Amino acid sequence: MSTNAESTGARSGPPAVAWLAWVWVVVPFLYGLYQLVAKIPALFGG
Amino acid sequence: MAAGFLQRERIVAPPGWSRWLVPPAALSIHLAIGQAYAWSVFKLPLASTMLEGNPAAGTLTALPFTLGIVMLGVSAAVFGTAVDRNGPRWAMFIATICFSTGFLVSALGVAIGQYWMVILGYGVIGGIGLGIGYISPVSTLIKWFPDRPGMATGLAIMGFGGGALIASPWSASMLRGFGATGDDPQASGVATAFLVHGLVYAVFMSVGWLLVRVPAEGWAPAGWHPTEAKTGSLITTAQVSANNALRTPQFWLLWVVLTFNVTAGIGILERASPIFQDYFPDAGTQIAAAAAGFVAILSLANMSGRFIWSSTSDLVGRKNIYRVYLGVGALLYLLITLMGNANQTLFLIASMLIISFYGGGFATVPAYLRDLFGTYQVGAIHGRLLTAWSTAGVLGPVIVNAIADAQIAAGVEGPGRYTLAFWIMIGLLVVGFICNELIRPVDERYHEPADSVATRTTGAKAA
Repeated sequence: MSTNAESTGARSGPPAVAWLAWVWVVVPFLYGLYQLVAKIPALFGG
Repeated sequence: MAAGFLQRERIVAPPGWSRWLVPPAALSIHLAIGQAYAWSVFKLPLASTMLEGNPAAGTLTALPFTLGIVMLGVSAAVFGTAVDRNGPRWAMFIATICFSTGFLVSALGVAIGQYWMVILGYGVIGGIGLGIGYISPVSTLIKWFPDRPGMATGLAIMGFGGGALIASPWSASMLRGFGATGDDPQASGVATAFLVHGLVYAVFMSVGWLLVRVPAEGWAPAGWHPTEAKTGSLITTAQVSANNALRTPQFWLLWVVLTFNVTAGIGILERASPIFQDYFPDAGTQIAAAAAGFVAILSLANMSGRFIWSSTSDLVGRKNIYRVYLGVGALLYLLITLMGNANQTLFLIASMLIISFYGGGFATVPAYLRDLFGTYQVGAIHGRLLTAWSTAGVLGPVIVNAIADAQIAAGVEGPGRYTLAFWIMIGLLVVGFICNELIRPVDERYHEPADSVATRTTGAKAA
């Protein structure tokens, strides 16, 4: 979290929006990752 | 919507705005357009419904994807300058409109039985969205993260790899749910799936253009000063325009580096399943599932390599990381060529590393361009460099498939089918390594006068 304001000690951004934005992209990404990882055990005879 | 809403001047970040909002904005674009690599799930439903009985169904169903990738390279090269001039919100908005419209036109085409509309929609209109969307966040991320440009662009470009991971199972389950697969597949199911894709991606990508901001003039991360960027001999504080970049040997050396690095990776990636089955036929009845697991583990390596190696390049330097991609990559190819199928674990590790270097090559190149040419028109330069991707996308599969098919026709069994192709890959990687060694700082005669780029390099003056 670095901005002009950081160096002057001011507030460093809107954490609630940042969290929501990250959840927006991470949740579908984790879904895709889970689907992918579930296929890997077959490689080792699972 | 006022035209100014999309312009760069309207999205200058106010004091206190968190730069950590830019990566999710970039990811919302890249995770969406990365769907392109999951196109194959639509092939069978299209072939068994509106193209049923057509002898060219295989080629026709591949056409939207092929055209989309060609349009990616072309539109990134053609619109790169406009992306830099108008800013990331404009670029992300256009990408959203084009990518979503591509699906909607395809949906209409399937609904009324006009396959040319699928080719036009997904391949041409959607392909333009791919190209503009791919480069849209790159220069903005580099400007927000001058202290960690490799990490920032690596994160976004990892998203492009992640897009297919999401779309592949999601699209497949949707096609099942709408009756586009199974014993009695319906074209209406494919049309509905396209329609839902268009609408959902429009909403998902909108977060990108709503959220993205450019840094104000003079902004720098706390505790970081622009002079710190000049830590290596290749890193410039000067600026080079896209047109001038094309006149430098550095651009073309890097073009060869990227082409051969991608060619070497795509050669394995594109034929991963048959390669595994030829190397390890003893997997028995479960060989298809094991090969699918091999494809999955390579996808994971490709994606994680984009973030890990690109972030590492911030620490060790861009030239050094490409030495690893190309030099160690060549040695790993040598290992699997000489070792054959003697050790499955070593084969897996070597393959994963090669593919991670392939992904890393994509993700690190924007930061390499920033080092050489500055941030002035790095998006446009990146767009033009992506023609290397299009070239490698043809070269890699042609080399591996043509040689493997010839070996199969000659009755060769097992790993021997790939020996010649892998030797060619080693040669290409060595050539790429030499080209990387030849890269030197850009000559001063190509630099822009400092006063003409002051506004562009830092986004804009506060609106």
